[in-house]
Amino acid sequence: MDKGLQNRQAGLSEILTKDESSLLADWLKEMSGSVRRSDLIKESELRSESALFLKLLRQGVDSGGYDIDGAAWQPMRELLAEISRSRAQQGFTPTETATFVLSFKKPLFKAIRTRFEKDADALATELWSATALLDSLGLYTIETYIKTRDAVIRRQQEEMLELSTPVVKLWDGILALPIIGTLDSARTQVVMETLLESIVKTNSKVAIIDITGVPTVDTVVAQHLLKTVTAARLMGADCIISGVRPQIAQTIVHLGINLLDVTTKATLSDAFRLALQRTGLSLGRTSNHTAQKTA
Amino acid sequence: MAVISSETIPVTSEPDIVFVRRRVRETAAQIGLSLVDQTKVVTAASELARNTLIYGGGGAMQLESLNGPRLGVRLTFSDNGPGIPDIQLALRDGFTTGSGLGLGLGGTKRLVNEFAIESKVGQGTKIIITRWK
Amino acid sequence: MEKIPILRMGDFLLVTIQVDMHDRLAMALQDDLTQKISETSARGVLIDISSLEIVDSFIGRMLGNIAAMSRVLDAQTVVVGMRPAVAITLVELGMSLPGVRTALNVDAGMELLRESLNGHEGIRHGSNF
Repeated sequence: MDKGLQNRQAGLSEILTKDESSLLADWLKEMSGSVRRSDLIKESELRSESALFLKLLRQGVDSGGYDIDGAAWQPMRELLAEISRSRAQQGFTPTETATFVLSFKKPLFKAIRTRFEKDADALATELWSATALLDSLGLYTIETYIKTRDAVIRRQQEEMLELSTPVVKLWDGILALPIIGTLDSARTQVVMETLLESIVKTNSKVAIIDITGVPTVDTVVAQHLLKTVTAARLMGADCIISGVRPQIAQTIVHLGINLLDVTTKATLSDAFRLALQRTGLSLGRTSNHTAQKTA
Repeated sequence: MAVISSETIPVTSEPDIVFVRRRVRETAAQIGLSLVDQTKVVTAASELARNTLIYGGGGAMQLESLNGPRLGVRLTFSDNGPGIPDIQLALRDGFTTGSGLGLGLGGTKRLVNEFAIESKVGQGTKIIITRWK
Repeated sequence: MEKIPILRMGDFLLVTIQVDMHDRLAMALQDDLTQKISETSARGVLIDISSLEIVDSFIGRMLGNIAAMSRVLDAQTVVVGMRPAVAITLVELGMSLPGVRTALNVDAGMELLRESLNGHEGIRHGSNF
């Protein structure tokens, strides 16, 4: 390590040790003016987070230099990850979350200025490294914040997808999958997987995909449907698409989508009748029924 | 983006293709890809490994698992074969040279999230595919 | 060299693929099977691929070839037990195996073969898709 860096670290480390209490007080004051969301976080909580941040900052500077990816900064990274995770969940904005770290600049710079008042060179270098350090910590906070949000969004998407694809057994060997809402790629993938898994599980030869509840069918949706039908066929099951409204039939033809190879029916009951036929069953009125009625 | 693990597997014989499939499957399962996504990336690996062997005259696959922003698996196939003169044509569905092997790269491309190809005639081909969680 | 066993069950041949096939093994199966069909005058062939974790274009093409070749030898081929993930991947890859008949499992495949040999129309799979 070169001597300059050593000195600088010693400088910053000393400031963090000696002025700890005044830094903390200044910082909390700073935050109460800008980022503290008293509606979302208690002052005592913020105070203990800030105190811990200061302590870990000093530890990091003392032992590992300014590279926050290093092992010495591990506890700091954990603290920031925890802070941004909880902030993301509490409803802080990314700016508010990062400002927790960045707002420390003002009190820290003030302390640096006081200490290096007479040495302009050292002051400039010191300020630069402090700002670089805090920036990288701030960015790290943002990154974790976004990761947390992403995870939340992904989980919700998955939950929603699972909820929205009920496969129902209509008869031995006949499944139905009523689709409600818009079909996009992600959803179709889930629809496809759920349907095919159910085909295997229930040993069903015929599956009816009912699209009565699908508002529009564009080229992409039609292709997805086709893929599902083809995949089911590869496994040895037949698909019937039902609930094709006149308007959708028109769109399909106008778009030039070839559904010739797919059996389509206007209603679910038509499809069910066909499915029964294909599995070798038929529906008929028993004479008993009329007898009961008159009796 | 961080590389969690990396290994290089030679692709110089038919059993190598089987080994490529197995290692890609293990890695894809490790990072938690869904069963369908595992199957897609393993199938893509099988296709590309066969291309590397048959058209590239053998080569190697680098297998990496990635972290950031999401988990993923990245495969790099490289060979020093004759190269592909017309990449656009090779990406078209149903394209194949001569022997009737290979579906063309278009199908393989649909099995992964990212697909990159570099090829110089007379020098070789490099194909990089990534499947994210 | 390892081989994939071909079982004879009356008029039918049953092939259960249980290994991760390399290409040469697939080619050998194609040879063995056509040989066996003609030797035994089998009328139907069931290929159980329920153990296969992937079907790539090579294996897909092999299945298509077997179906076409056995048709020439007057036998019907039914591929049974394809896993959902494998089916989705094959479709995405652009292989829909036209001309190959399929069934959910060996039982269903057997039934399909019997129906079509008795001249009944079963659920029609294959070329019309």
